Amino acid sequence: MGILEVKNVGKRFGGLQALSEVNLSVAENTVHAIIGPNGAGKSTLLNCLVGKLIPDTGSVLFDGKSVLGRKPHEINQMGISRVFQTPEIFGDLTVLENVMIPCFARRDGAFRMHAFERVKAEAGILEQAEKMLSDLRMLEKAHLHAGTLSRGDKRRLEMAMCLVQEPKLLLLDEPTAGMARADTNNTIDLLKEIKATRPITMAIIEHDMHVVFSLADRITVLAQGTPLVEDVPENIKGNPKVREAYLGETQDAE
Amino acid sequence: MLGLERKDFVFLIVVLALTLAAPILLNPFPENSALAQFNAGYPDLMQRIAIFAIFAVGFNILFGLTGYLSFGHAAFLGAGSYAAMWMFKLLSMNILPAIVLSVLIGGLFSLLIGYVSLRRSGIYFSILTLAFAQMSFNLAYSVLTPLTNGETGLQLALTDPRVLDAANNSGSLPDTALFGLAMNSTTKVEMLGRVFQFNVGYYVCGLISVLMFYVALRIFRSPFGMMLRAVKSNQNRMNYTGLSPRPYTLAAFVISGMYAGLAGGLMASMDPLAGAERMQWTASGEVVLMTILGGAGTMLGPVLGAGFIKYFENIFSKINETVLHGWFSALPHAIQDPLVWLAARFTGEGWHLTLGVLFMLVVIFLPGGLVEGGQRIGGLFRRRKTDDPEHHPKRAPHVAE
Ligand SMILES: Nc1ncnc2c1ncn2[C@@H]1O[C@H](COP(=O)(O)OP(=O)(O)O)[C@@H](O)[C@H]1O
Ligand SMILES: [Mg+2]
Repeated sequence: MGILEVKNVGKRFGGLQALSEVNLSVAENTVHAIIGPNGAGKSTLLNCLVGKLIPDTGSVLFDGKSVLGRKPHEINQMGISRVFQTPEIFGDLTVLENVMIPCFARRDGAFRMHAFERVKAEAGILEQAEKMLSDLRMLEKAHLHAGTLSRGDKRRLEMAMCLVQEPKLLLLDEPTAGMARADTNNTIDLLKEIKATRPITMAIIEHDMHVVFSLADRITVLAQGTPLVEDVPENIKGNPKVREAYLGETQDAE
Repeated sequence: MLGLERKDFVFLIVVLALTLAAPILLNPFPENSALAQFNAGYPDLMQRIAIFAIFAVGFNILFGLTGYLSFGHAAFLGAGSYAAMWMFKLLSMNILPAIVLSVLIGGLFSLLIGYVSLRRSGIYFSILTLAFAQMSFNLAYSVLTPLTNGETGLQLALTDPRVLDAANNSGSLPDTALFGLAMNSTTKVEMLGRVFQFNVGYYVCGLISVLMFYVALRIFRSPFGMMLRAVKSNQNRMNYTGLSPRPYTLAAFVISGMYAGLAGGLMASMDPLAGAERMQWTASGEVVLMTILGGAGTMLGPVLGAGFIKYFENIFSKINETVLHGWFSALPHAIQDPLVWLAARFTGEGWHLTLGVLFMLVVIFLPGGLVEGGQRIGGLFRRRKTDDPEHHPKRAPHVAE
């Protein structure tokens, strides 16, 4: 049984069946990619996993426990971290503070009234955050305001914020969407490096299958709200069903 | 030292020294000189500055750190005043129980209003707090007359029980005091052609305000303070980082409510009176002005803002047409009269017009408030600009943000 088990999940928006009978299992220490054309329901599925949406039917089990009905911060405390399509960071805070906050969240839970301790005296937290930044080669930027970073660095920082929590599952929503070629390659390299250097379970939502091709252990193709095929990357590429699913939209935005 | 870093400790000591020396520092002009009217070393003005500094420093913990702009904090100030008055009437003229109760009432009342108002953010939050404060004002003004004495306001009376105090046969109302030390007792020292007034009430307010400044400094440097800044920066990220923003904002709201309650209690302790007008929206607006004018989100900003507004309010409202005619007497009548007329619009009763213009200028040209102004001037003298985001936030928030 995988760390994440999605069973028979369905979600309706008015007259539109955005998801139906989605079954998915993500095994521990693997990278699982979920790809599909625009409007396939990828983001909807992800939002059902993190507590932003509640599916109409089915169940989502994480680590054996249901996530349904829990709030996003509770689900994060269970061990799921999330990277957004556009990096979500604390722009007014320094890079170091950005990484310290998830450390506090991990140590102290959703709320603690630590109004008289001193941030700078929290040796353990500081150390943890600095180690993370140095692992991702961002230590020299520790005292910059996060809002002033480049797009690629913001993504890197967001990854650092998620990784420092040592999540049991890291979810990524189109981590390279809207990025220039160079930033895309940087991000792919970063993800490969993370996969190679630490045990991690990732689920990547992606539109472009080339991004996840060299990264994923397994790929699920989603089309019109239902999984079409699930297989290793090599078998996905030539699959005629997948081609067909993507065919209708080749003239679109890309 | 005191759980502060060296730099902050020095900062605190400077604030303490300035507070202690204020009766001297604020009286720079010799008695009877033409400039004597610009002196500010009067007990009653200095008390007001210290009290409003407490109010604004507390307000800044909510607004400066979390960005939640409350337009209803005067309700907690008013509630604190009423609470203190009841202690004076029922228990004792000692200000200690009065202050303790005013802080508790400020905290309880803000817990109630904050719990409801914080379900919304942005402008809706501001409107909710404003609505609650106006409701409180109306309650105090009419509905709750038995508690608040309506439009007359709550005052001392000879018939009050004051169970802890000895029987009062003097036939006059007792003074507020701290263990026998009367708040209105003042030692006057004549020196260098000046009269310095050392007033017990001022020193009580001043020392409490330094203590509250210290508490705020600790909060600013704490993980809790960092979380409050995170609330302002990105609540979405907070949620997906396993943090729940609501209890953080509520805690900040209640802390600022307790500061407001304390300020209200001190106001009543200096001048045993409490009226509903203390809860009105103009009073809530005043603390917003002080915080933004001084520099929201900075440590010193609210203190500067409170001092600035209270000082100029006092000076400007004293300047009437007679004073103005005196100033312009050297000029021929044809010029003097229109000048006096014009200046009179901005002084005396017209002080609020001046304040409005000043506020607009600051918001437009110095969005970081007086603190930013000070930094810019400092920057002119210093080549190398040190970049310490904690002491000098890049850019203080705009009112509308
Ligand atoms: N909140 C919503 N309300 C109504 N329809 C929605 C909502 N979110 C998504 N949809 C619809 O559901 C379908 C799947 O959307 P989405 O999950 O965003 O697809 P993808 O991320 O794969 O491009 C789309 O047709 C979209 O218009
Ligand atoms: Mg999407």
